[in-house]
Amino acid sequence: MTRRRVLVQLGCVLVTLFMGLPLYLIALASFTSRDALNAFPLPLLPTAVSGDTMNTFLRTTGIVGGMLNSLTVGLSTVALATLLGVPGGYALARFAFRGRDAYQVVMLLTRALPIVVLSVPLAKIFIDAGLYDTTYAVTLLHTALALPSTILITAAVFAGVSVEQEEAAMVFGAHRWAAFLRIVAPQALPGIAAAAVFTFVTSWNEVLGASILTLNRRTLPAHVLATLADSPLAFRFVGGLVLVLPAIVFIALVRRYLLNMWGTTLR
Amino acid sequence: MTLLFLWPLVTGLAAAFTGADGPTTAHVRRMIEDAYFWEAMRNTALLIVVLIPLQFALAITMALLLRQNPRFAGLHFYVWVIPLAVSDLAAGLIWLSIFTDRGYLNSVLDGLGITPYAWLSYENPATMFLAIVLAELWRSTSLVFVIVVAGMQGIPRDYEEAAEVLGAGYRARVRHVILPQLRPSLQVALILRTILALETFAVAQALTARSFPLLVGETYQWYYFLQNPNVATAIALVVLLLSLTAAFGYLRLMRGAAR
Repeated sequence: MTRRRVLVQLGCVLVTLFMGLPLYLIALASFTSRDALNAFPLPLLPTAVSGDTMNTFLRTTGIVGGMLNSLTVGLSTVALATLLGVPGGYALARFAFRGRDAYQVVMLLTRALPIVVLSVPLAKIFIDAGLYDTTYAVTLLHTALALPSTILITAAVFAGVSVEQEEAAMVFGAHRWAAFLRIVAPQALPGIAAAAVFTFVTSWNEVLGASILTLNRRTLPAHVLATLADSPLAFRFVGGLVLVLPAIVFIALVRRYLLNMWGTTLR
Repeated sequence: MTLLFLWPLVTGLAAAFTGADGPTTAHVRRMIEDAYFWEAMRNTALLIVVLIPLQFALAITMALLLRQNPRFAGLHFYVWVIPLAVSDLAAGLIWLSIFTDRGYLNSVLDGLGITPYAWLSYENPATMFLAIVLAELWRSTSLVFVIVVAGMQGIPRDYEEAAEVLGAGYRARVRHVILPQLRPSLQVALILRTILALETFAVAQALTARSFPLLVGETYQWYYFLQNPNVATAIALVVLLLSLTAAFGYLRLMRGAAR
């Protein structure tokens, strides 16, 4: 029995090392001075800490602009996907309308559509519409990508709020709207927030569509990808770290909802 | 939705099959004649065949470990799910710092007195592939893990305890009690992961550029560097076709097995 506990602990530590060590190394590489990074072998402990590379990286043309573009696209996508997705999720959870099952399958299928299949033709359409190379174009694409998950996640969240409470409120004379705002919304809000953060990260991470739909107004990942071949290793490492940081914050924010999100929505 | 999904799809189909003067199969022919295309096909298939079983084994092991209520379970869980939100481009860059010639892996090897090795050189396709598999394993196992844990929470502990009382060992319990009940979750994860693995792109871009072509990478290549959206669309449609085949194939399998 005790031997088994030791093995379990060991297994956990091993997996944590596998998952955590790369994160440590990229942070280490990003904050090591250029000279130390050019040396070989590389130190595995932070011996030559320096913010120089990070500093230069942030001042390079396109980086701050890329971040701002990423932020604009991410926030607009969250706004648009929430605005369209939450009512959809509510409807899916509360009303048994015709074709509901078919609707759910279609939702899953849109997840299966590879981004490339959409982006290349979309680029053509956006060029014709004069929307090419704008943050709007990328926002539209990301909204389309995020909408199915927003709807499915919020549907799961709303399904978790008891109908009885909502009905009770209506029995006591509240309108459907008032019942929604007073009873359902407060309980659903954290879950909706989790869906929103999830949408933001999807948008922040998406690189292929953004690369294809823009030239000068690139999001940060698209910019990093485009300059990949020409940038020195140190820059690539810093780019990697900057892309990872939101992930760590995001997971900390929605850790509690992760299991709910995947558990109930995908059954 | 129609505007953003159906329209591009139809336009895409059209673009892949029309030339300057009417319908043509020239783009498709050009795609098929390109040596990179077949290499990309083969690599993508190889990646899926190797990566997915490994990934599911690891994810199920991780979930079983967590089910044993280890110490610091919260901390372990947090670290294990961080990659869930890491983009494939970032994951590629992270593993680049490890596998690159003067990177961390070679530094450690050097410290141990072993001659460093050019892991990502085009001369060594095997280790190049290994690096991509590891990076993808690191990045995308979290997704399967979360789905599996969520599925395990739905299994009542009573079943397991009952099996234990009846004398089933740990292995037998996992095999006959836990795994069968995980089936729905595993199936969902399988469909999702196969489709996403077909789309693997930025990891390979960051690690090996075009030395290890993958299907979606080729689309990017044709669109962006070779400035030929028609061939790019043709490849994209191949990816779509494979994704749909995989999804429907799995759905059929599931239904067949459920009966």
